[in-house]
Amino acid sequence: MAEVVMRIWRGDSEGGEFQDFPTQVSEGEVVLDVVHRIQAEDAPDLACRWNCKAGKCGSCSAEINGLPHLMCMTRMDTLPTEEPVVIAPMKTFPIIRDLVTDVSFNYEMARRLPPFAPKEPGPDGTYRMQQIDVERGQEFRKCIECFMCQDICHVIRDHEENKEHYAGPRLFIRYMELESHPLDTNDRRELLREEMGLGYCNITKCCTEVCPEHIKITDNAIIPLKERVVDASYDPVAWLGRKILRRTKKTATEAANYRTDPKTVKASQ
Amino acid sequence: MSTQEGIRPAPVPLVLGGARGGPRVRTLRRDSWKRSPLITQGYLLLFVVYATWAAFQNSNYYVGASSHRDLISPFYSPCVGASCVPGSHGSFLLHWWTYSPALVILIIPLGFRVTCYYYRKAYYRSFWHSPQACGVTDGHKKYTGETRFPLIIQNIHRYFFVLGVLLNIMLTIDAVMAFRMPGAGGIGVSVGTIVLCANAVLLWFYSVSCHACRHLCGGHVNEFSKHPVRHGLWKIITPLNAKHMQLAWVSLSFVALTDLYVRLVASGVITDPKIF
Repeated sequence: MAEVVMRIWRGDSEGGEFQDFPTQVSEGEVVLDVVHRIQAEDAPDLACRWNCKAGKCGSCSAEINGLPHLMCMTRMDTLPTEEPVVIAPMKTFPIIRDLVTDVSFNYEMARRLPPFAPKEPGPDGTYRMQQIDVERGQEFRKCIECFMCQDICHVIRDHEENKEHYAGPRLFIRYMELESHPLDTNDRRELLREEMGLGYCNITKCCTEVCPEHIKITDNAIIPLKERVVDASYDPVAWLGRKILRRTKKTATEAANYRTDPKTVKASQ
Repeated sequence: MSTQEGIRPAPVPLVLGGARGGPRVRTLRRDSWKRSPLITQGYLLLFVVYATWAAFQNSNYYVGASSHRDLISPFYSPCVGASCVPGSHGSFLLHWWTYSPALVILIIPLGFRVTCYYYRKAYYRSFWHSPQACGVTDGHKKYTGETRFPLIIQNIHRYFFVLGVLLNIMLTIDAVMAFRMPGAGGIGVSVGTIVLCANAVLLWFYSVSCHACRHLCGGHVNEFSKHPVRHGLWKIITPLNAKHMQLAWVSLSFVALTDLYVRLVASGVITDPKIF
């Protein structure tokens, strides 16, 4: 048993302050265990969101000593205890109360993402994918939507005004998953450049550093997307190659028309 | 109107309102987050100062037949200026360029490294404070990232990659030529030979591990099963790409050390020992 002071943010949209809770920590405990003990013994009205306690639901994200962590996966013995352990809500999102924030920004950005639009099925009416094509997107599907990558991204963390036109790292991995999907026909590159703010990312890799699933967000999603946007918008040689070889996905509008009326597009080609 | 109009679902109003929680302080971090950007800043400044000094020297960049060697500094290769010393250049010369030849050729590695995805992270953090470290408020009131001039130019990285590959071919030829021992009996190996070879190998590793290279070789393909060669290349490059940062620093350091070694030999401060 060790003595530790937990300094937890208490407050809501009207304001708040840190409150110290001296407590005992047992071997093997995680931050969420200690927060629950404080709830049980000292502050029954302390609000904190949690669910699985196994690092898979992504609910208990909070900022511990200034960096986002899952409270259920942060062992107390990894934190310096000679000073208070500081726990604050995720800074990027509006606070509801104490450690609970409103993360609906992320769901709205997800709604704006053009969905998977499969191409025509094979002659037998089914879709087939080879294992090597399936494997590429598996990394992105590990995302537990803890939104810590969105929280740490300075584009919206430090600049509230950018939320209007910046999807953020969590959504960029979803964009990459769909853009690199061999069966998908939608082309989201122009949308990424014009309205989803891919160019706002300056590759500082904080999203990758905080990801609890160790997804290489920057190297495997954001940078490949940036290169695809270069293909589409900034590279005259790539443009010429597409025109000469006629090897490209349909444009976004063509893909949309194709889904509603394939004959119209075929006739216009 | 955006061409995305057709595929985009009906937009739902984005509710941005609501006060943020937590204290209004620059950061709550207590670890030594200032150390890494400071080290990066110092190291990059050291390199820039040395490279600038070396580029303006316009001397002691070639060890030729008089010393029974064929060693040229990577800062000056390929030597294309009018002032190139005999033996250091090929048939192609920019006769109108009378300043240091390094000032011409260094544009390529400079452009390649400045637009490199790793170095962008390094200097955005250490010089531009955007942000200085994760969870630390960045130093700007307004932020537009790489969406506008001049930073939108970063998108030409792939062109510098191609030029960098051409430069690597030249430096590889230099490394091969360094096996010659003119006037001293044909072919041999000296410390200078090993230095130039190591420099070329490291520069190849750095170039091949580049994100643009990964994209051009296979990353742009959606259906790997139909492009086995591109998939094979992508699989080779991907683990190297994961080490791009380390390769960036090692190759940067070694290119400066290679120039320093050639410079010391050319100026007579040290001799280049022959191994066999």
